[in-house]
Amino acid sequence: MYSDKVMDHFKNPRNVGEIEDADGIGEVGNPSCGDIMKITLKIKNNIVVDAKFKTFGCGAAIASSSMATELVRGKTLEEAWEVSNKAVAEALEGLPPIKMHCSVLAEGGIHKAINDYRRRHSLPEWEEKNLHIHDHDNDVECQH
Amino acid sequence: MAERRIIYMDHAATTFTRPDVVSAMLPYFTEHFGNPSSVYSIARVTKEAIERSRIQVATALGAEQDEIYFTGGGTESDNWAIKGVALANRKRGNHIITSKIEHHAVLHSCQFLEKEGFEVTYLPVDRNGMVSPEDLEKAITDRTILVTIMYANNEIGTIEPIAELGAIARKHNVYFHTDAVQAIGSVPIDVKAQNIDLLSLSAHKFYGPKGIGALYIKKGVRIENLLHGGGQEKRRRAGTENIPGIVGLGRAIELATADIPGHSARVAAMRDRLVTGILEKIPYARINGHPEKRLPGNINISFEFIEGESILIWLDDVGICASTGSACTSGSLEPSHVLLATGLPVEISHGSLRLTLGDANKPGDVDVILDVLPKVVSKLREMSPLHQKTEKDRRCDV
Repeated sequence: MYSDKVMDHFKNPRNVGEIEDADGIGEVGNPSCGDIMKITLKIKNNIVVDAKFKTFGCGAAIASSSMATELVRGKTLEEAWEVSNKAVAEALEGLPPIKMHCSVLAEGGIHKAINDYRRRHSLPEWEEKNLHIHDHDNDVECQH
Repeated sequence: MAERRIIYMDHAATTFTRPDVVSAMLPYFTEHFGNPSSVYSIARVTKEAIERSRIQVATALGAEQDEIYFTGGGTESDNWAIKGVALANRKRGNHIITSKIEHHAVLHSCQFLEKEGFEVTYLPVDRNGMVSPEDLEKAITDRTILVTIMYANNEIGTIEPIAELGAIARKHNVYFHTDAVQAIGSVPIDVKAQNIDLLSLSAHKFYGPKGIGALYIKKGVRIENLLHGGGQEKRRRAGTENIPGIVGLGRAIELATADIPGHSARVAAMRDRLVTGILEKIPYARINGHPEKRLPGNINISFEFIEGESILIWLDDVGICASTGSACTSGSLEPSHVLLATGLPVEISHGSLRLTLGDANKPGDVDVILDVLPKVVSKLREMSPLHQKTEKDRRCDV
């Protein structure tokens, strides 16, 4: 059901954990929907120097979080913001259609963490495209 | 690559076919292939084989030979029983009673009938998954024509008080159907003593072949046909008989019901050791379903802070076949309707694991699971944001 890449990131997840003195924190999802991701970022001179995750969810959710943190590390905030759910899914060599929301969740976690950083530094927040999916309260896929 | 042993703990999904059953079936593919509806004498052999099998099924259920009808499986039997009784009795009434924890073959048949103008009451269950006879009694009206309650639940293994529910239905002159797909071979069944009017069963759940089942229809029950065509099964179920399947079903049910107490005790001994071990080794775990009134092979267990599919993938990685009521695997994002009906919170329902033991297991399998599962759960909890919060909360409480 899953690609080798998904299995690799599920079984050997990269960047598991929580940065203690994180500069940006993004938590998305809802336990009643079966997935929560918490992304923590360390940001220096506008660059993501470290990214970690903690995830409650299925195999695809864990692999997506792992891949998303890999993809944003070393990038500028602008570049990290552009890491889309598609990019996460492609880097994982594809996700089953019903699991695409996991990559959307990963993108959302990164966005929330970046905006958290911007808020802390009194910078204007960037607009999130898929807000309705990031915010599981209004998630069409999960009604709980 | 070294051959790894598969540990199969998903007997509620399906079972292997017993070699004995396969041997009984084989001559009916190549040698005795005649269409039983034909006139020539070689067809007589297949006709006799069908009737032998019908006797075997009837004997296992305490029914009469002519009350057994062969079908394509449990799903067809459920569809036939529910739609057939509803359509044949619509002049008497349009009300059907079922439970919230039925198999989808029952639930979706009921939902179909709702669109056709029938009214359906979905009885709740208690936290152990039990339907209350009092609730049934209260739900029956003078428009009720059918009660359909499963014998034992496929996810949590709870065994319903069938005889009692059947007696209530009978008292009110309402037909009583039970989906006994999970129960055959695990609990003794007597359709007469238990007041059952219709009963569904499926061979591949008790070491028979797939694609063959049966519906018991008590003599005198008014029921419409589901399939129309030829005059097979006394003009009640059209279609050329699946002779090898029917022969396999007969042999499988004979074997499965030969020693129910002994078989159940063997399986339950493994199951109980596994449950005890899991609860000892893994904190924040709870057993779903009834503590005693449950199928001997069933374990349904919820692990807080983690999600079921991720447990399954890890287990699969070491050759353990299990299942979950959690959404992600079943293709929808909804958690199990059964666990939700027992009042289990949605987030905990997502972290449920079903292990169903049976004849594919050896006692040593229990030790392998007890070695692997705690590691898997702890690995997944380490990366769960929910677990961490709880640890913190607890520290704050001290």
